[in-house]
Amino acid sequence: MAKLKGYQIFWESLLKEGVDLVFGFPGGAVINIYDELVNYPQIRHILTRHEQGAVHAADGYARSTGRAGVAIVTSGPGATNTVTGIATAYMDSSPVVVFTGQVPTGLIGNDAFQEADIVGITRPCTKHNFLVKSTQELAETIKKAFYIATTGRPGPVLVDIPKDVLTGEAEFEYPEKISIRGYHPSTRGHPQQVKKAAQLIAQARRPIIYAGGGVIISGASRELRELAELIHTPVTLTLMGCGAFPGDHPLFLGMLGMHGTYVANMGISNCDLIIAIGARFDDRVTGKLDAFAPMARNKAVGGLGIIHIDIDPTSISKNVEVDVPIVGDAKNILEQLIDVIRTMEVDWEGRHRDWLAQLKGWDSQHPLQYEYSDEVIKPQYVVEKLWEVTQGEAIITTEVGQNQMWAALFYRYKRPRQFITSGGLGTMGFGFPAAIGAQLGNPEALVIDIAGDGSFQMNIQELATVAEYRIPVKVVILNNRYLGMVRQWQELFFDKKYSQTDISVQPDFVKVAEAYGIKGYRIEDPKEVGPFFENLVKMKEAVIVDVIVEREEGVFPMVPAGAATSEMLLDKPASAKNGERLKRLLPLNFPS
Amino acid sequence: MDEIRRHTISLLVENRPGVMARIAGLFSSKGYNIHSLSVGETMDPSVSRMTIVTSGHPLVLEQIVKQLRRLIDVIKVVDLTATGEKFVDREMILMKVNAKGDARAEAMRITEIFRGKIVDVSPETFVIEITGDEGKIKAAVELLKPCGIREVVRTGKVAVMRGPKSLKLV
Ligand SMILES: Cc1ncc(C[n+]2csc(CCOP(=O)(O)OP(=O)(O)O)c2C)c(N)n1
Ligand SMILES: [Mg+2]
Repeated sequence: MAKLKGYQIFWESLLKEGVDLVFGFPGGAVINIYDELVNYPQIRHILTRHEQGAVHAADGYARSTGRAGVAIVTSGPGATNTVTGIATAYMDSSPVVVFTGQVPTGLIGNDAFQEADIVGITRPCTKHNFLVKSTQELAETIKKAFYIATTGRPGPVLVDIPKDVLTGEAEFEYPEKISIRGYHPSTRGHPQQVKKAAQLIAQARRPIIYAGGGVIISGASRELRELAELIHTPVTLTLMGCGAFPGDHPLFLGMLGMHGTYVANMGISNCDLIIAIGARFDDRVTGKLDAFAPMARNKAVGGLGIIHIDIDPTSISKNVEVDVPIVGDAKNILEQLIDVIRTMEVDWEGRHRDWLAQLKGWDSQHPLQYEYSDEVIKPQYVVEKLWEVTQGEAIITTEVGQNQMWAALFYRYKRPRQFITSGGLGTMGFGFPAAIGAQLGNPEALVIDIAGDGSFQMNIQELATVAEYRIPVKVVILNNRYLGMVRQWQELFFDKKYSQTDISVQPDFVKVAEAYGIKGYRIEDPKEVGPFFENLVKMKEAVIVDVIVEREEGVFPMVPAGAATSEMLLDKPASAKNGERLKRLLPLNFPS
Repeated sequence: MDEIRRHTISLLVENRPGVMARIAGLFSSKGYNIHSLSVGETMDPSVSRMTIVTSGHPLVLEQIVKQLRRLIDVIKVVDLTATGEKFVDREMILMKVNAKGDARAEAMRITEIFRGKIVDVSPETFVIEITGDEGKIKAAVELLKPCGIREVVRTGKVAVMRGPKSLKLV
């Protein structure tokens, strides 16, 4: 067999993995890879302007398509610049494969120029990582990296490749199959557990389905909907779950947790059974742990407990002890569960009628709402209008902060992989490069980054990437001239002392866009919003829209940190709101 | 339900650089306790056997086992204590004790009682080797304290199930 150079093996292996798009940033340690790239016209390389941007873009590609995203960077600073991106992907279980160059094997450990122990640095924030020791191992390691990243509970995998491994030679044979003796993700649920779950469900009077990002990753949205409709049970979603269940479905309660809807949080607090699917009882969901789901978890008041479906055994009984754990892939388990439930004779609709009526009552008591103004643009109005104008079809990425919460609450997602946000790590600067990745993975889609003025500046350099490759993403900045979410906490819990959160010294975003050769617009009048967006969605190029919004708007409802989920602030405490001016938004239409 | 328990966990792991760092990193990042950790090659040189003694609430112990299993380089994990099976565990300790005057005879006597060995002799010190389970080692240390212990080196516990059952790769 002919011998190939390491850098050839690298690209051949990527071809074998079906990769046709990579994000990266070159440097000395990977210069051979880049030199060889020209011989692989099948692979498109997107040069981002920062390695963090490359990893977030690969992540956005992965989340929006379900395929692994790939990033290539050089050693030392190139590698360390990827850490935030990797940690972001890790927290949200996104399949990203990051290749880092490394100094030659003989120099490792010598504090060589641009040496960083990136395998050591990323050990706690990768699903797994590798240092490739020889050219012979390269192909198999790449195979393993993709396999580990994309199977089981997905996650980022880093492959560190010393320069001499790239310049060395080996016979190239890409393994067809590999087995890793310490890695066997379970897929099907234990039938006995599934049966137990079904029996519990049949006993419940006030069940609730609490579903998360795992449903999207598993491709189980159809099964989720089938189950909910079959057993006539309301669904609430986590931030990561947005899109896993249709946002306009009559059984949908909205998001739950710290900024969840009133009805979702009252639902989880008063239900007698939680069916958790691909969700991990994050502290932003549970609030004060002892007070989480007090009815379901209290047998003395007829609570039936918690059923938890998750592919990762470590997610089970980590924060909240569960009664019926089912480990495996959500799609498979839901299929199994639906099969069992279909054999049961239960008048689901009758059983849950009172419960749904109670929920409907809560929702009409405190619907998701905001105060509209015709003088100043309300950020919620911007999101609502985007939803209207795009008919709920756009892929939305977000930054982090208030913008993120409004994007989750006021846009109704129809499909999985339509809402892309940094949930677990909460990384400001994620949304813009993620939008680039999502757009490249979905060339026909309208991709919009709902941004904050603070976050957007954290990866603003990617404007050059958008300009170079003519990537038609839209960035809609909800510009409040504040690090708004932090300001909101300061307003509510720190006597309005706005310490270091006023960022009104900021660039003219329109001019910044123009400086990169990109279209930029500013909107300041609420009346402009609708007509402008009508045009925006027709524009075929990248557009940056600086929307000047109400500075001190708050995200509500809000469960203060450390409070019980049912103890929500529904509005700014002091503000005297005129009830009539509150605009009822996005009614949840419960089946009557 | 809530009391802290001490468990002995056996692992088979890939015999590869970085594996120890992954396991140690897991314990430190999650704040789990390690009382002792010992590791060595098995009959199959690509596999190492590790014995970890840890402690925590039952739910934490369950998490520890699950978290260990989640590591790609960890092939097999058995919480020996949780299985309820009987197992043998041993640790070796080397102690440098004062051996002048009365202490000399006393140290020799205690070593004998514990079926230990004196493996190094100098005019003022002995190095004593004792092997045994936790209780035995503890007792030996207590009894030798009055002689004056200068240094203690312990291997950490190793453990194996009693009877024909054994920890296999698959
Ligand atoms: C990298 C990073 N640094 C700090 C934070 C803490 N933080 C969370 S939200 C937020 C404010 C974000 O401001 P902006 O992007 O303007 O969004 P807004 O809340 O105003 O919509 C900050 C600083 C973070 N999440 N990420
Ligand atoms: Mg802001």
